[in-house]
Amino acid sequence: MSAKAIGEAVSGAPSETATPLKTQLRRAERLKKLKYGALIAPLALFLLLTFLWPIGALLMRSIENPEVPEALPQTLRALAGWDRQALPGEDAYAALVADLTENKGSRTLAVAAKRMNMEEPGFRSLFMNTARKLPLEPGVDAREGLLEIDSQWGELGTWQLIARNGRAYTDYFLLAAVDLYRDGAGNIVQADPSASIFVDIFVRTFWMSLIVTVWCVVLGYPVAYLLATQSSRVSNLLMIFVLLPFWTSILVRVAAWIVLLQQGGLINMGLISLGIIDQPLQLVFNRIGVYIAMVHILLPFMILPLYSVMKGISPTYLRAAVSLGCPPFKSYWKVYFPMTIPGLAAGGLLVFIISMGYYITPALLGSPKEQMASYFVAFYTNETTNWGMAAALSAVLLLATLILYFVYNRLVGSATSGARPR
Amino acid sequence: MSQADPSATIATKAAPHVSFRGTQKTYDGEHLIVSDLNLDIRRGEFLTLLGPSGSGKTTCLMMLAGFETPTAGEIRLGDQVINKVPPHKRNIGMVFQNYALFPHMTVAENLRFPLAVRKLPAAEIDVKVKNVLEMVRLSEFSSRYPQQLSGGQQQRIALARALVFDPELVLMDEPLGALDKQLREHMQLEIKHIHQTLGVTVVFVTHDQGEALTMSDRIAVFDAGIIQQIDSPEALYERPANSFVASFIGENNALHGTVESIDGALCRVRLDCGAEVVARPGNVVGVGARTMLSVRPERAFLVSGSAPSVNLFSGEVKEVIYLGDHVRIRLDLAGSHDFTVKTPISQLDKSLQAGDNVQVAMDPAHISALDAVVESTAM
Repeated sequence: MSAKAIGEAVSGAPSETATPLKTQLRRAERLKKLKYGALIAPLALFLLLTFLWPIGALLMRSIENPEVPEALPQTLRALAGWDRQALPGEDAYAALVADLTENKGSRTLAVAAKRMNMEEPGFRSLFMNTARKLPLEPGVDAREGLLEIDSQWGELGTWQLIARNGRAYTDYFLLAAVDLYRDGAGNIVQADPSASIFVDIFVRTFWMSLIVTVWCVVLGYPVAYLLATQSSRVSNLLMIFVLLPFWTSILVRVAAWIVLLQQGGLINMGLISLGIIDQPLQLVFNRIGVYIAMVHILLPFMILPLYSVMKGISPTYLRAAVSLGCPPFKSYWKVYFPMTIPGLAAGGLLVFIISMGYYITPALLGSPKEQMASYFVAFYTNETTNWGMAAALSAVLLLATLILYFVYNRLVGSATSGARPR
Repeated sequence: MSQADPSATIATKAAPHVSFRGTQKTYDGEHLIVSDLNLDIRRGEFLTLLGPSGSGKTTCLMMLAGFETPTAGEIRLGDQVINKVPPHKRNIGMVFQNYALFPHMTVAENLRFPLAVRKLPAAEIDVKVKNVLEMVRLSEFSSRYPQQLSGGQQQRIALARALVFDPELVLMDEPLGALDKQLREHMQLEIKHIHQTLGVTVVFVTHDQGEALTMSDRIAVFDAGIIQQIDSPEALYERPANSFVASFIGENNALHGTVESIDGALCRVRLDCGAEVVARPGNVVGVGARTMLSVRPERAFLVSGSAPSVNLFSGEVKEVIYLGDHVRIRLDLAGSHDFTVKTPISQLDKSLQAGDNVQVAMDPAHISALDAVVESTAM
């Protein structure tokens, strides 16, 4: 660099180097960010492909409704401007005959018939029978021909159902998942109480998760406190007992609980031989059994976050409270307990959210009255292959959990904003 | 006052505020961490417990606060034996090493805490909190959380919290340990001034002798569970009761020898190198006993020309260390290879350098003839 260039650089320093410096910083930061990005890219890609995309795809199933538009394109076109108040015109009948004739015996029609049968039992046979009897004799009027095959074609409801499913997306499954449906005119109405099951199931899922969480807090808090305050020899031993359930298969543990809790099981026999009870207690295949096993399985999820928070709380805080004149028990409540709230919140949220999705334990240890939302998701995917219903139930469960999370976060977050033990 | 009986009961003019009588503490049943403590704390004084770690000073404080129970002996607060009084009923304020401000409460809530526990009326609480915040000059921080304050501010709030409920006695357990040097020195003076204003009795624990000398009315020097000396800072420094105190507090030149005669306020000691020294007898047992002579570096002078006749030694300069306000001169003198003389920069002969031979004089009143337990020099 020549002396002149140096002189220029020095004289122009304040105004000229300000921007390049910022650019340089940004460039350096960008490189750093790229490096970090490269480090997490494999995991991010893996999560995208195996987690986010499948979940997204499954949730889409709850609103996708392609069956009827694929099978009856001409009919739907003819129904496009229909007011749904009176029977449609002649052209709709003719279009329907054309569609059914074209797709006769095809899979497309079978799937569409099955789809409509979900909403109105009897529609599968209506469609399949009608298609079998088509095409009509030449010269026969489409409307009269169809009415002759089945008088249902003369009913308003039949056409309303077709028209309702005429779009590629539907809210039918999501509404059904919360016991609602659209009537013939398209208004959302409450399902008949005898057919309403899902709201009860969600309430049950929430309630059972709440009970499990409360029990985990009640049982886990003292254990976490012991872990955090005992000498390392004692606390290491305790920690092994806490972690032991983690190292055992969930099925093995559930089977073990059945052995322990059943009518002729260890606990009942023990109590009877001690003379405490005469008749064996019903401890399994009911709600008690589900609670016992779920609390057992989820307890570590409560204890570990609590422990990590409690470990960071210096015993000096309690001494300080006592030295200020606060009796020991009150000191725990006023000083120690508020500092453990972040741990309690983390553990509680973890246990509650895991409980909400519990499937195996209620399925094996509960009666039908203990089945939670995920059981019905499994039922619709495995047994009736109703993907729409399974996806809708999952979506409602997910949404409910998210709402709960935000409410909870708001409450606990504001309560503990200042409570970060140093 | 400076008599060297470790377990001596120090007589006080008025009834003591706190007194330990034959107090002992052991954790394992084998070793006494505090052995036979007898200590009177005067009402309104600033007493510092000073000692190396493990000397029992913190245990004493914890026993006074009620967090540790004495295994023997009694502790009195006023005329009441408080051995069995639980800590929350003792009405003793305490400042902890890491402040222990409650992180989930604001500054004001922290200060209200001891008053609310005492069920004071809300209006009175407000006034007290306001006053104490003014005292520590942090009124505008009342709605902050402790972790939003600097270390020094947290320290002042911790102090305010320990004072707000007007306790009879305030205990401080190394409260300035976490602060940097400058802030620590500032806080030392601030605490001292607050003590002077309020007249509350303070028991302060530290291992920092500078802190102890700055702040205290009296200092109790602990070692091995025993009070080695309890005295005013000046007496402690100028007339250490034994060789431990002499080595622990301040800098110390140690000369080893044998006592030849004791004559009232003076004694003659024959050093191992053959020279004779006239000194002030400290806790030497008697004629013929081994002794360690202790001289502070600033109490030895380089002399030239008209020299006194007693305690005049000649030695060789090994090193001259410049320290801005003073110079340290390391000498080979009177059998010690590490004899240090501290000279103000204004009185220094600029031409002095290593290898020179110099004359050093010491006033007998500033040489203490002490026990010879500590044979190695502290410096």
